[in-house]
Amino acid sequence: MLQQPTRHQAARDQVAYAPWERSGGANQAMHEPSLALHIEDLTVSYGYRPVLWDIDLDIPPGVLGAVVGPNGAGKSTLIKAVLGMVPIAAGHIYVFGRPHREQLRRIGYVPQRTSVDWDFPTTALDVVMMGLYGQLGWIRRPGRAEREKAWQALKQVGMERFADRQISQLSGGQQQRVFLARALVQDADLYLMDEPMAGVDATTERHIIELLKELRNRGKTVLVVHHDLQTVPHYFDWLVLLNVRIIAQGPMSQVYTLENLRRAYGGQILLLQGLPAAGHGDTPPGAAGAGAPAEAGDSGTNTASQATATRTLSPER
Amino acid sequence: MPELWEILTDFTVRNALLGAALLGVLSGVLGTFAVLREQSLLGDALSHAALPGICIGFLIAGGRHLWPLVLGALAAGAAAALLVLLLTNHSRLKPDASVGAVLSTFFAIGTVLLTYIQNRQLPGQAGLDSFLFGQAAAILPADLGVMAAVAALGLGLVAIFWKEFKLIAFDPGFARSLGWRVSLLEALLTAMIALAVVIGLQMVGVVLMVAMIIAPAAAARQWARRLETMVVLAGVFGAASGMLGTIVSLARPGLATGPLIVLAATGVTVVSLVFAPQRGVLWQAVQRRRTRAAIEGGRVLVDLLQLARAHGDEAFATEQGMIDAVYGADAQPVLRQLEKQGLVKPLPPQLGKGQQWQLTSAGQAEAQRLLEKREE
Repeated sequence: MLQQPTRHQAARDQVAYAPWERSGGANQAMHEPSLALHIEDLTVSYGYRPVLWDIDLDIPPGVLGAVVGPNGAGKSTLIKAVLGMVPIAAGHIYVFGRPHREQLRRIGYVPQRTSVDWDFPTTALDVVMMGLYGQLGWIRRPGRAEREKAWQALKQVGMERFADRQISQLSGGQQQRVFLARALVQDADLYLMDEPMAGVDATTERHIIELLKELRNRGKTVLVVHHDLQTVPHYFDWLVLLNVRIIAQGPMSQVYTLENLRRAYGGQILLLQGLPAAGHGDTPPGAAGAGAPAEAGDSGTNTASQATATRTLSPER
Repeated sequence: MPELWEILTDFTVRNALLGAALLGVLSGVLGTFAVLREQSLLGDALSHAALPGICIGFLIAGGRHLWPLVLGALAAGAAAALLVLLLTNHSRLKPDASVGAVLSTFFAIGTVLLTYIQNRQLPGQAGLDSFLFGQAAAILPADLGVMAAVAALGLGLVAIFWKEFKLIAFDPGFARSLGWRVSLLEALLTAMIALAVVIGLQMVGVVLMVAMIIAPAAAARQWARRLETMVVLAGVFGAASGMLGTIVSLARPGLATGPLIVLAATGVTVVSLVFAPQRGVLWQAVQRRRTRAAIEGGRVLVDLLQLARAHGDEAFATEQGMIDAVYGADAQPVLRQLEKQGLVKPLPPQLGKGQQWQLTSAGQAEAQRLLEKREE
């Protein structure tokens, strides 16, 4: 690891160097410190049913990434695994080079809005202050400084007028922005967000994506579970396609192909028109000529070959 | 009321009242967290499960001493809670079914043991059946000390771990993402609820104890906008209904205390559900009517404006009959309301025409605003 790309552009410009690819045994002891998120052989199962199977995932710092896949693909579970919220059957997760459980302070989290009861008796400002509870430590109460930070975060999401409003009286989009503000006060380096744009109006969605891009531009790494395939390439610069296994991962331009999407979603992708048939990113050396279709779960290195495969297969449609 | 005064100055009565107040505050405060975490039924399982524990404690100690009974109740409660957890996690039973199964089984065992003890005519068993429905007069000064200690412990824990309990009640997932040991906090909260249930058994009884957890908190939720307020109100409601039920049961000996306390608590809850501002049934009904009237008024305004424009005259006055034809009998009160707001004004009837209504300039502006909003 000679260079540490801090921005996604840097990462994209150096496709040949491809830091998200597995680098082999040499650097295992360092656990890939140049990566914001590095997952090795992760398997998570609920009961006998595997939810995530043999996941290898690398997210370079400074990207705004989307995790996309069909229902039940394990998108939320992937995020929860990184946050240490679900038991891991096998594998390792490293955040900025260290085991994830040691790095929770550097991770900000936006859960699904519907995961909580919004009839809870509290105000918007109070919910945002909960983002500071981790830094406060046990027993200490939030004070004036925390209130001020929370208010600034509400202002950032355009919600300062609603600071003292009951959360039950906020609209869905407003509740979502309160959750975003709570993650902002966490002042994290890696943000994990579970469907932050589900069920919000168009204005809020624009507002949220602007905010996410701003976070990325400030050098933060943002990984978002997203459900709308149409907007994915416009909003994000990095893509993880997931369906229990990793289907493909890498820069948006290389991974967002019809073939990859079809592999992630099975046959249900026919409605989508106007997708690029193949990636227009440069083909990394070494990957070219790997003619056989990549096996699922062993994907990062194979994005280019998949793109090639797509190009040859695309006349079928 | 000399009779009531006599009762209030009596030593046993003061004991009972103090006990009821302590219990009410504690169960109200802890019940707030149980209700918000949607775990109200856990209190029910814990209290019903306590009965066999009480009986076994009695059999082992050979008499009705408080500590063996409390310890037995706690042990049985813990066993029940564990069983619920095991059933939920390792069987196909849903949580509510698990709670129901465990609750009824433990209660059945407890009832069998209770009848066994009563039929054996064991010494010192008198009053053991008061654990079923509660008996305030049975509270001894020593019991009061235990209740005070448990209440101090419970309230102290809530004060110390305020923000922790608040977060696990609102968003346990987020708490876990911060690296908190959420299960530890949950266990602490559940253990405290179990303690509150156990010390309340003597006064309220195993059958109805769950109401002391749920009712004050549910009532408080109606009035509170913040968790702080809800906790304080639930404590006050709990203490008030506890004391009220106790006074009535002491004034009319022979009436079991528990049901009276529960009836008082339920009364507070019903009043809160109906009359509380914003969340009350009554308030919401009024609000719905107002909203409907506002929508109706807006439609009439826009129609008047469009009619006037169709006639090429913004000052055009529409006949009452015309409006009635569209809106029926509803139109009259709506027009009066609009008139009160200064948006329309009536014109005196003219020859060949009935009552007419004309938009004021404010009414025209408002109708225009609504029209633009509608087109958005």
